Amino acid sequence: MTKRSVRRIGLASVGVLAMMVPLASCAAGDSGDGTVEITYLMENQEPAFGTAEAMVKAFEAKNPDIKVTIESRPGGTEGDNLIKTKLSTQEMEDVFVYNTGSLLQALNPDQTLTPLADEAWVDDLDENMKTVVSTDNGLYGAPFGATQAGAVLYNIPLYEELGLEVPTSWEEFASNNDAIKAAGKTAVIQTYGDTWTSQLFILGDFGNIFAQDENWAKEYTAGERKYAEEPALQGLLNQQEGFEAGWWNEDFASATLDDGLRMVATGEGAHYPIVTSTFATVLQNNPENAEDVGVFPLPAQDSEDTRLTIWLPAAAYIPLTTEGAELEASKRFVAFLNSEEGCEIQNKEMSPTGPFAISTCTLPDSVPTVAKDLQTWFDEGLTVPALEFLSPIKGPNLENITVEVGSGIRGAEDAAKLYDEDVKKQAQQLGLDGW
Amino acid sequence: MTTTLTPRTQGASPTKASARRPSMYPRWFFIPSGVLYLVLFAVPTFASFYFAFTRWSLSGVEFIGLENFVTFFTEPMLIQGFTNTFIYGFVTSAAKVVLGLGLAVLLTGPILGRGYLRSTIFFPVLVSTIGIGVTFKALLDPQDGLVNQALAAIGVAGPGWLTDPSLALMSVALVDIWKGVGIATLIYIAGIVAIPQEYFEAARVDGAGAWAAFKNITLPLVRPATATVVLLSLIGGLRSFELIWAMTKGGPGFSSDVIASVIYKQYQAGFYGLSTAGNVVLFVVVTAIIVPIFYILNRRQVES
Repeated sequence: MTKRSVRRIGLASVGVLAMMVPLASCAAGDSGDGTVEITYLMENQEPAFGTAEAMVKAFEAKNPDIKVTIESRPGGTEGDNLIKTKLSTQEMEDVFVYNTGSLLQALNPDQTLTPLADEAWVDDLDENMKTVVSTDNGLYGAPFGATQAGAVLYNIPLYEELGLEVPTSWEEFASNNDAIKAAGKTAVIQTYGDTWTSQLFILGDFGNIFAQDENWAKEYTAGERKYAEEPALQGLLNQQEGFEAGWWNEDFASATLDDGLRMVATGEGAHYPIVTSTFATVLQNNPENAEDVGVFPLPAQDSEDTRLTIWLPAAAYIPLTTEGAELEASKRFVAFLNSEEGCEIQNKEMSPTGPFAISTCTLPDSVPTVAKDLQTWFDEGLTVPALEFLSPIKGPNLENITVEVGSGIRGAEDAAKLYDEDVKKQAQQLGLDGW
Repeated sequence: MTTTLTPRTQGASPTKASARRPSMYPRWFFIPSGVLYLVLFAVPTFASFYFAFTRWSLSGVEFIGLENFVTFFTEPMLIQGFTNTFIYGFVTSAAKVVLGLGLAVLLTGPILGRGYLRSTIFFPVLVSTIGIGVTFKALLDPQDGLVNQALAAIGVAGPGWLTDPSLALMSVALVDIWKGVGIATLIYIAGIVAIPQEYFEAARVDGAGAWAAFKNITLPLVRPATATVVLLSLIGGLRSFELIWAMTKGGPGFSSDVIASVIYKQYQAGFYGLSTAGNVVLFVVVTAIIVPIFYILNRRQVES
């Protein structure tokens, strides 16, 4: 053998070995000893992610023949983007958790998700929940988490100090804010560093719109009602009022969700319109202030119309690309989420603030003040699901438009027109009639 | 090695092969990159020209003609991105040309620590854009950022660099200039160093000062470098995305959106047809600006 041919053989074998490397990294669903491996995509926001980790650990302990690997994804519009891309390129994990309602519709579930209508837990679902995880052609998800509300968290000690009462109309809310501002505290916390939190004035107002007109959502889907008109315009007008009256915190443009929760828990600010599932972060970061936080719905102009706007929980879905042994394992995992053990983990890790959407899960006996406040509204039947559960249309740019209104860049009427345009694009994209 | 291999691999008659051999064999090397170019660039570009005229979603494709383009040019949110792109592109390009030339003149002169200064100017080019974006986002925070705290120490109230809608785009442009001026400087240094020293000596003999020498010798003779810097920085500036996305995501509201971030937002929303139309618009805009500039700059070069 000449030196040249030795070198050639050496190079050739290195080349062959190099080509084997990607093959080795190809994870086979079935490893030789009979365990099935499934992947689970989860949002990287706490406490949901921590709950997922605890869930996986408990599930693997109970099912030693299944191994679950968690992958994380961002939330908000980046997450929406990632999920749609993965589904369209058939690269989705075996199980994934995502919102219900209109965001589910945008994924085209009839063509991308595995129908789960024959699963045992379907009968235990709340009627509202069944609607938001289904299309006309099938049911696709199991709930993950509990119902929550989009409302105003408020600091109880600050209220007691200034002798204020929980407002039920916008006027009362405004005068409370003026009093708080006069006392040198921040009246309303806004956190545009996380743009999605800017939408609460609009989204949390929907219950009030529904109270004034039950058919609003249906007519909105048909293209007959617009945000540029009352009663929907009021939400944007209110947000504009908040900015102009100087109720916001000084760093509203760059503050983040965690900042906002900390401020309302410690009393730096009095009010924080946000979704109540984030309260679990307060329990984690400021546990000594947990009982200082209460909640009330975003007030309507007329106190008679004030309703609590609620969000049904997210759900776990299985894409059509999951097949065979992985499909069986994934279905077992999805069923586990709302089993007795699964419910216990949800209660422990996510500190739910509202009731569960499936009868197999119940709230524990001792709940924080926030959950107690919400429960009274549930008991009186004064709750309304948010618009995204009654209509498939939600314009993707709402959070940017509400940031503009809340920062004083654009007036409310102008912004409403813009949003109606945005919604039009979404409706046309979904192929709805009348747009 | 080649002389022993080629006759066997070609296998053609010696006289014919020796005439064709020099022209065929090198061309084979183009095939892999040619295929890659075709599949990854040419085909998708032409495909995008088709998809720009459709409504494209996860469920299918529907031909809708020019509607996407109409939407793109009539919606205030999207128009803002269009105008911002021009502002951003031209501001960053102009600044890089001027600053790059200034720094290059400085760094080719007899100053102390020239090598070190050259590295300092060039290092931001090498750092990840996202890394720079995230770092400067923290530095420019209106309350806690180092920049405003430093300004406060000398008694100046720093503005909301990234939160004031009128300042956001310019703040990102400034960071972009800081990052990109290194390449401009590098190209200019190469251009300046290529100027023969006799011209400068002759000018000194004639009694010309530093400014006159710069204006009459350096500036004209560095024109090819100027052409390169203008073209590269303008193309980059018009297409810029990562820095803007990392620092403001087009915010607050839509005030720092550029075409590239608008395209990305439409894609995020699932409006794939509209997003593709945006890409076609960007392609046409960049081509329409760059091609004339290219010809103007190169024609001047040939003439001079």
